[in-house]
Amino acid sequence: MTSGTKRTTPPAWRDPFVWRMAWRDSRSSRGRLMFFALAMLVGVAAIAGVTAFGDNLRQAVLDQSRSLLGADLVITSRRPFTDQQVKIFQSFKGEMSEGASLSAMIYFPKSNDGRLIQLRAVPDVFPYYGDFTTEPPTAKDTFRRGGVLVEESLLAQYDAKVGDTVKLGNWTGVIAGKLQKVPGENIAFGTIAPRVYISVEDLQHTRLLRPESLARFRVSFRFPDTVNVDDLMEQVKPELVAMRLNVETVKERREELGQRMTNLYNFLNLSGFIALLLGGIAVGTALQLHIRQKLATVATLRCLGVEANRTMAIYLVQAMVIGLVCAFGGALAGVLVQRALPDVMRDFLPFAVEFSFSWRALLQAALFGLAFCGLFALLPLLPVRDIPPLAALRRNWEDTPKRLTKAQFIVVLLLGAGIIAFSVSQSHDWRVGLGMAGGLSIAIGLLALVAQGLRQSARKLARISLPFVWRQGLASLHRPNNRTLILLLSLGLGAFLLLTLRLTEHSLLHGLLPQNETNRPNAILFDIQSDQRAGVQEILEKQGLKVMQQVPVVNMRLQTLKGTAVDAILKDEDSEIPRWTLRREYRCTFRNTLGDSEELLEGVWPPAEFDATGTIPVSMEEGIVKDLQVKLGDELIFDVQGIPMTTKVVALRKVDWRRLEPNFFVVFPNGVLEDAPGFYITATFVATPQISAQMQREVLQKYANVSIIDLTLVLHTLDDIFTKVSSVIRFMSLFTVATGIIVLAGTLLAARFQRVRESVLLRTLGASRQQVQQIQFVEYLCLGGLAALAACFLALMANAALAFWVFKMTWVVDWLSVGLTLVALPSLTIIIGWLTNRGVANHPPLEILRAEA
Amino acid sequence: MSAILETKQLAKEFHGGGHTLTVLQDLTFSLAAGATCAIVGPSGSGKTTLLGLCAGLDQPTRGSVLLAGHDLGKLSEDERARVRRDHVGFVFQSFQLIPTLTALENVMVPKELAGEGQVHGLAVELLTKVGLKDRLHHYPTQLSGGEQQRVALARAFINRPQILFADEPTGNLDGETSDRIVSMLFELNEAAGTALVLVTHNLELAQRAQTTIRLRNGRRVEE
Repeated sequence: MTSGTKRTTPPAWRDPFVWRMAWRDSRSSRGRLMFFALAMLVGVAAIAGVTAFGDNLRQAVLDQSRSLLGADLVITSRRPFTDQQVKIFQSFKGEMSEGASLSAMIYFPKSNDGRLIQLRAVPDVFPYYGDFTTEPPTAKDTFRRGGVLVEESLLAQYDAKVGDTVKLGNWTGVIAGKLQKVPGENIAFGTIAPRVYISVEDLQHTRLLRPESLARFRVSFRFPDTVNVDDLMEQVKPELVAMRLNVETVKERREELGQRMTNLYNFLNLSGFIALLLGGIAVGTALQLHIRQKLATVATLRCLGVEANRTMAIYLVQAMVIGLVCAFGGALAGVLVQRALPDVMRDFLPFAVEFSFSWRALLQAALFGLAFCGLFALLPLLPVRDIPPLAALRRNWEDTPKRLTKAQFIVVLLLGAGIIAFSVSQSHDWRVGLGMAGGLSIAIGLLALVAQGLRQSARKLARISLPFVWRQGLASLHRPNNRTLILLLSLGLGAFLLLTLRLTEHSLLHGLLPQNETNRPNAILFDIQSDQRAGVQEILEKQGLKVMQQVPVVNMRLQTLKGTAVDAILKDEDSEIPRWTLRREYRCTFRNTLGDSEELLEGVWPPAEFDATGTIPVSMEEGIVKDLQVKLGDELIFDVQGIPMTTKVVALRKVDWRRLEPNFFVVFPNGVLEDAPGFYITATFVATPQISAQMQREVLQKYANVSIIDLTLVLHTLDDIFTKVSSVIRFMSLFTVATGIIVLAGTLLAARFQRVRESVLLRTLGASRQQVQQIQFVEYLCLGGLAALAACFLALMANAALAFWVFKMTWVVDWLSVGLTLVALPSLTIIIGWLTNRGVANHPPLEILRAEA
Repeated sequence: MSAILETKQLAKEFHGGGHTLTVLQDLTFSLAAGATCAIVGPSGSGKTTLLGLCAGLDQPTRGSVLLAGHDLGKLSEDERARVRRDHVGFVFQSFQLIPTLTALENVMVPKELAGEGQVHGLAVELLTKVGLKDRLHHYPTQLSGGEQQRVALARAFINRPQILFADEPTGNLDGETSDRIVSMLFELNEAAGTALVLVTHNLELAQRAQTTIRLRNGRRVEE
C-alpha cells in the first residue's frame, strides 16, 4: 500500500514527530515520572558507589601489599623455634627479627581493674614496611623503650590515659600511646581481645612466656629486592610446613586480604544490586501507570494515523530519557556514596583506602542502569502496540491484563540474563554471581508468594460482613491493577533485611547468655599452674564463688595418624585433611566422665577395660573426627612433650561449643596424663560485674599469669562488634529502604488519579470526607501491614534457618523487634500515603477531576 | 462522481462463551466524494461498529471496505493507519483531545505526523475559523466542552481529509452549543469538499445529511 501516501515514514528514532510528541506528552507527568526515576537513581548511585569503592579497595591492596604484612615473609609457630629451624631461617640470607604473641591479663592499677588481652611483643625493627598509627604519633617509637601501646577502645573501657601505668605479668610499663591502626589488621575484630604491644625485651620481664603458654612465635624477614620470596618459598615451604610452621608471604597475604575484601564487597554489592533492581521495578511500575493514563491519547494517535511502533516509540523515548537521567545522575551521586563508604567501613578495613575516580565503575553502573531501565520499561511499553484505535470510540474499552506476549517473554528472558550477567560481572566469581542472582530470586519469589497468599486472604476477608470502609480498603489490595506485589517487594525486602539482622543479633547474644542459670559457669580462669590451683580456689571460695569445674589441661601434638606420620601427610599435597588439624597443639584433658555439654554418639565412655598400660583409649569430638577422617578403632599417636602416646578412638562425642565451659577435642581416661606438665582451667559463676571485677583483681594481684574470660565482657565485645557490623548493614540497607519509600510514595502518587475518581464518585454518592479518608487509611494500613507481615514472616524463617543450620543454636525470637516492625512499617505507609494524597478529599469533585485530567 | 467509501456485504461478529454475537450483517453502501451520510439507530444497533469498520479502526468478519481507493481488508494495521493519516478525519463524542497538548498543538498533530512543517499558520487559521483565536495556548482541561469539540473539528480538517467520520459529535454538548458545532461541521465540510459520515441519535441532525442509513439489530432497515 503506497499509492496515496504523502511521505515515507522515517525510522521511529529519527522521526521528529516522535521526539516532539514524547516531549509534549510528558508535560503533565514529568514530575511524577522523575519521582519514580529517583528510585532508579538511588539504585544506580548505590551500585556505582560500591563498584568504584571496590576498585579503590583493590588498588589499596595492591599499593599497600608489603605494609599489609609488615615484612616480606612471616613464619609463625605454636612452639619456640628450634635451633634447626633458626639455621634454616638464617640460610634465607635476609634481615630477620623475632617476636611473639599470647593471651594474657592486663591490669590497670589506677582503676584497680583488668581484663584478657592479646599481648604482642615486637622487635625494634618491626614493621619493616608500613607503620603503626598511634596517638601521639611518636608513641610508635617510644613504646619500644619500656612503654606499652594500648588499643584505643581498651583505654576508654578502663578510663586509662597515656602516661598511666599498666601491669603485665610481673612487669609494669607506662602507656606510651593509643594504638589506632596496625599494618594489615582491622580494628573491629581486635575488640574481641584488644591488642597491646610491647617490645620483645619487655616480654622477658613479664615472665608470661612459659613452655606451656598459649603463645604464637613469629619471625619476620626483609629481603633485598634481588630475592624473589615466592621462588624461595616454593623450594623450602614443604619442609617448613612439615615442621608445622605457618608461612605467609606478601603475595599470600594480598590474596587472603583480597578474598576478605571480596566478601565485604560482595555484601555491599548485594545491597546495591537490590536497590538497583527495585529502581528498575519502580521505573517499570511508573511507566505502566503512565501508559494506563494515556490509553485515550494512544488510541487517538492511532486514529490519527500513527503506526503501532511509532506510538510505542513516543513512550520509549520518554523512558530512555528517564533512564539517561537516572543512569548518569545516579553515577554522579555514586561518587558521594564512594566517598562515604571508607568512613562507614573504617573499622573493617586493615588499610587506608585512597579516594580516586573510577570512571570505569561509574560508566559501567550507568550503562547497567540504562539497560535495566530500558528492559524494565519495555515490559509495560510493548502492550502499547496492542491498544486499538477503536478504544477512542469505545469508552468502555478495557485494557484487561493478558498473559505475557512473545515479545514480553523475550524481554523477561533478557532481563533474567541481564541480572545474571550483572551479578557475575560484579562478583569476580561466576558462582558467587549466580548465587547472588539465585538467592535474590528466591527472596523475591518468596515475597511474591507471600503477597499472593495475602491477597487471596484479603479477598476472602473482604467478603465477610465488615464495615463499609474496611471492605473498601481490603478490596483495594486485590482489585485489578492493584500495587500490592510491588509494594510488598520494595518495602518487604528492605524491612526483611533489617529485621533479619536484628533477630540474628538477638539470637546470637541470647544463645550465649546464661539466662539466669546459676548452675552454668560464666567465668573461666585458665593457665593456672599446679602449684597455684589451691590458691586460686581459696580466692574464689573466700568471695563465696563456687568452683564449678576444675579441669587439667595437657598440651600435645599429633604425631601419627592411622599409622602415617603427620609430617608425611603435611607434605602430601593431595591430602584432604585440613592442615590446621595436623599442625595444631591439642589441649587435652583426662576424666572418666562425660561433661554437661557433651553427649556420647558412638562407643563407650569411660572405657571398660583400661589398666593404664598399652594403647590408650580416647574419646574424640565428632567434628575433629570428620576432619581427621578417623573412626572408632583407629589409632593416633600423640607427642606429649617428647613422649609418644599411642591412642585408640573408643568413643565419639557431640559437644555444645556454645556453652562457656572447658570443652575438648580429645579426652583421655584417668591414669595416663596425671604427671604430664600442664595447667588447670577453673570455671565459676559470678552473679554481678562487680563481683567479677573483685575476683579478677584478687586473682591477678596474686597470680599475674592466670588469664580470665568473663562472659559478660565477651557479650559486651560481641555487642560492640554487632554494632559496628550493623552500622555497615544499615548504611547499605538505607538504599533499599530509600528505593522502597520512593516506590511507595510514587505508586501512591501515580494511583492518585484512580483514587481521586473513586473518592469523587463516593462523595457524589453521598460519602462524607471523613469516610473517604478512612477508606484510604484502611488501604494504607493494609498495604503497610501486609508488607510488615511478609517481612516479619521471611525474617523469622531466615532467622530460624540461620539459628538451626549456621549457628546451631536454639531459635530465640526478639518479639519486641518483630512488634516494632509490625507497627513502624504500616505507620510509615500511612504517613507517606497521607502526604501523597492530602487534599484529595478536601476539594470539590469537579475541580479535582479537571486538575487531574 | 467516484465513491470515496464503498462497503460490500459487510458483517461483524463477536465470539465468546460458546456464542456468536452478530453485530452487523450484510451491509452494502457507497458514499460519493463530498457527500454526507448519517448513520442512525437505537443503542446497540451497530452504528459505532459500522463507523469503526468504515474508518479502518477495526476489521470486519466478512465483506470489504474500500476507502479512498484502498481495500482496507488487504492492508496491515500500520498501512491502515497511514490511510487514516492521509485521507481521514475524526470527530469523537468525547472530543479525544490529547490532554497534554495545547489547543494549537492538538490541531497541528496530524500535519506534524505527516512530516509537514510550517503548519502553525494553518492551525491558527482553523482555530480562528472555529472561534478559538484567543484560546490557542489553552489545555483541554481549560476549555469548555463546546470549545474542546471545536478544537477537535479544527484538528479533523487541518489535513484536508477526503472523508470525515463523526461519532455522536454533539452527544456531550448542550442544545445551543450542539447547533453551533453542527453548523460549523457542515460549513467546513462543504468548504473543503469533504465527505462526511455521521453517527447520531439526533434525527434532526441526521436530516441535514444527504443520505441516512438506519440500523436495527445490525441490519439496514428502510424507514
